[in-house]
Formats: sequence, C-alpha cells, structure tokens
Amino acid sequence: MLNIKCPYCGDRAQKEFAYGGDGTVKRPELNKEVSNKEWDDFVYMRKSLRGKHIELWHHISGCRQWFRAQRDTATHEIFKTAKISEEI
Amino acid sequence: MQKYSIFSLIKNAFSNHQNWDLAWKDPTPKKEYDVVIIGGGGHGLATAYYLAKEHKITNVAIIEKGWIGGGNIGRNTTIIRSNFMFDENAAFNEFGMNLWRNMSQELNFNVMFSPRGIINLAHSDAQMNTYARRGNSMRLNGIDAVLLNREEVKKMIPMADFSDDVRYPIFGGLVQPSAGTARHDAVAWGYARQADSMGVDIIQNCEVTGFDVSAGKINGVRTSRGDIKTKKIGLCVAGSTNILAEKLNMTLPIEAHVLQACVSEPVKPILDGVVTFGAGHFYISQSDKGEMVMGGDLDGYNSYAQKGNLPTIQHVLTGGVALFPFLSRLKMLRTWGGIMDMSMDGSPIIDKTHIDGLYLNCGWCYGGFKSVPSSGWTFAHTIAQNRVHELNSGYSLSRFSNGYLIDEKGLGTKTWIS
Repeated sequence: MLNIKCPYCGDRAQKEFAYGGDGTVKRPELNKEVSNKEWDDFVYMRKSLRGKHIELWHHISGCRQWFRAQRDTATHEIFKTAKISEEI
Repeated sequence: MQKYSIFSLIKNAFSNHQNWDLAWKDPTPKKEYDVVIIGGGGHGLATAYYLAKEHKITNVAIIEKGWIGGGNIGRNTTIIRSNFMFDENAAFNEFGMNLWRNMSQELNFNVMFSPRGIINLAHSDAQMNTYARRGNSMRLNGIDAVLLNREEVKKMIPMADFSDDVRYPIFGGLVQPSAGTARHDAVAWGYARQADSMGVDIIQNCEVTGFDVSAGKINGVRTSRGDIKTKKIGLCVAGSTNILAEKLNMTLPIEAHVLQACVSEPVKPILDGVVTFGAGHFYISQSDKGEMVMGGDLDGYNSYAQKGNLPTIQHVLTGGVALFPFLSRLKMLRTWGGIMDMSMDGSPIIDKTHIDGLYLNCGWCYGGFKSVPSSGWTFAHTIAQNRVHELNSGYSLSRFSNGYLIDEKGLGTKTWIS
C-alpha cells in the first residue's frame, strides 16, 4: 500500500485517498475565446509520463482537501506533496 | 514450416522430440523494411501476420523490447466476447469472433478457443432494463444475446449467493453464449510462427530509441540494435504508447494505468463460463488447469510498474466473495499486473496520424485480448492501403476533437475510474 503524506494531516494509508489525475493540466482561462485545440488539450490530451509525475490527490476519507504530489510512476516512490497553493 | 499434427507428433516421438524445427527464427535486423511493427504483443504479431497473408507484404519486421508474448498478451484474463451496445464496437468485435472461431485451424496452433459463454449479472431492475437494451442492440447487430431471470441464472451458476439477505441480490443476467476464453500464450505463438514462416522478421530484445522523421514523413526508426530504414511504422505498444509518442512529440488521449489479475490454487471444475459481478468490478472464469482466474479494477493512479498494490486486490476479491462465497476458502496462487493504455472514452484508436507513414494502434483499455485478431486484421489493412477500413473507421484519433466519442459505458474522461 502507498503511504501518502497529506500536507494537512501527515502520513496516511493510500486507502484514505482518491486519485485526481495529472496535476499540471490547466483549464483555459474563463471569459476568453477558447480554441478547439486548447479545449481538447485540457479535456483529453495527457502526457502520462514515465518517471516523475505531478498529480492531484484528494484526502477523501480524511480532511477532504485536494493537494498535489510528485510521484514516480515506475517505482511508486512519492518524493513530495504540497498544498494546491504551494509550488511543487 | 513443419505442420503440427498427430502424425508429426508421433514421428517426432521416435527422436525423443529433439528434432522439432524452431517455431520462429532469431534474425539480425536488416537495413530496410517495407513496414516496421513496433511491439511484439498479440496486436503487433497479428498485424504482421495479416500484412503477409491478406496484403502480401512480407518484408516486415516486428521490433520487441523484451520477448514476444511477455506483455499484456500473457497477462490478461483470456476473455473473448462481443457483447457491446454501440454499432462500431459490435461490428468490430463480432468480426473478431469469426476470426477466433477458425483461429486454431488457420494458425495450425491450438489456441484452445472455448466458447463457454459469459454472464453479466444484474442486481437491480434498472440494471435489468439496461441489459435488455444492450441485448437488443446486440441482436440487431447479429450477436447472440439472451436475457435471463433470477431462476435461469441460478440454474447456470447455483454456487453463487442466492440467499435473501445479501446486499446485492441477483435479479438476472445478460448472456452471450458464443463468448468464451482462449489460451493467450498460444495466440501470440501461433501468430508469431505463421508470420515468421511467411518471411516476417521477429526481432526481440530490441528497444526503440527514436524515430527518423523529416518533412512530416517517416524515414526510419532508431533502435538499440541499429537504425532501420522504413516508410511505414505501425505502433502497437499498449501501455508504452505515451513513452513512444513523446519521442514523436505527440500527445495522445491515453493514460497508462496498472491493472491487476490473480489466480487461485487449482480446484475441481465448478464454473464453466465467464461471470461478471454487476454491483462491483469483478469477473471470474476457471482455467483448464482448475485455477479461478479473476480480475477487476485498475489500481487507480498512473503507473508503469507491471505490478500493483494489495488494496485493489482486496477490494476486487471482496466483490468476488460477495458473489461466490466459496472463494473465501481458496488460497491465491499468483497476482500480477499489466500496463493498460486507457483511452479517454474507453474505446481503442486504430488510425493514421498527422505524420505520413506512422500508424497508431492503442487505447485498448481492458479489452485488448479479445480484439487481437480484429485489431491485427484492420490495422494491417490501414497500413497496407494507407486508409482505414470500414470496421475501424469509428476508432479514429480525431473523434476526441470532433465529438464522435464511442463511450460504451459513458464514464467520462477519468480513465482511472472507468
């Protein structure tokens, strides 16, 4: 089982968390013309990197906060977790 | 090529089976090929076979990083079915069913295709309605489907939990009697042996390190065993699709996720077909050796590790025990994982790309094994004719931008919960 460090609660078991996908995807700006390509990239296109991957997690059975984690997708090692407002 | 038969078996018995021909050669890569297939799994091997057989293109190389049959073709739960609702999926997979039925004869290799039926169980009235709708769609597309009520299901799988106080009582189920299982390794080996006999070079332990692309055209591929010139490349690398796409500066609607499966210790025959639990994600069949073969959810986060974590196995088997209480007394023999190329609508992509001479075959999600023959056949057509076949015209890469998604389950773009 993964051991994930919630930035608010500390180390907790993976079972308390829900995955949120690629954490580098940014929604196109509001109130601006969005091209089809920009929207496709946001909704569908993913790099799915092998190695260090920045991703969203949700401490759904804990404090219910979203946060970002940097994890190796080949070894499952988690290097760092950070609040959404912080740099990772 | 030596034909496999009872006579060749007897003949070789006299020499203690020491003189069988190699099933396929171990060639050194040539400088140039007409077509290079990247990925020596089921889809790659089948593609090469149909290129040679249907399109007479035999100057073909299959490049495989590891060994053939070491990826998802050897890691799946061997289920073959065409119980789909949407026309594109139904036509494509039913075409495949016909290829499965003749495969052992065609390949002169016993793939042990066994059409023993699949039951999708329903646990509510709403689910029965959904299955009735799907069954009707299947029958309109010429696929056999039978909707069973609770009593009829009980006759087929009496060992399931039919007591009154269960959390998810069985209301009935949708059966595709012609679905079944096959021996997955034999499929890879059978295609490899026939492709090799027609002149295809199967090059193992050869990793792709880059591509030679100029002016939007494929000129060749760089590998750990030297550069190979070619005008056409077919990419069938399943879970490694994103890694190779990055080398081509492409981003795809695909994510790599690990999916686990497990088998129990072998027991006497108890289950003759495939059963899926409708209230959770769990499916089960019994292998010819007697092991219960089981699988379910993805681990749920992007992964390139061909192994998973215990919570998922525990979650999947909780569903299993709820359905078949006898499972709780079985020991698990093995668990393993494979990397799925999860697409954003749950359907595959078999298409040309914006690079001239680069063809894409990916996005198989949970359903790669059953599609091996139909995928190989249509992909070979796409490569040979440089245009998609009617059967795979729906599986385009452009469907994500133009809105023609084939979302059989309507689960949206969160690949890890689909």
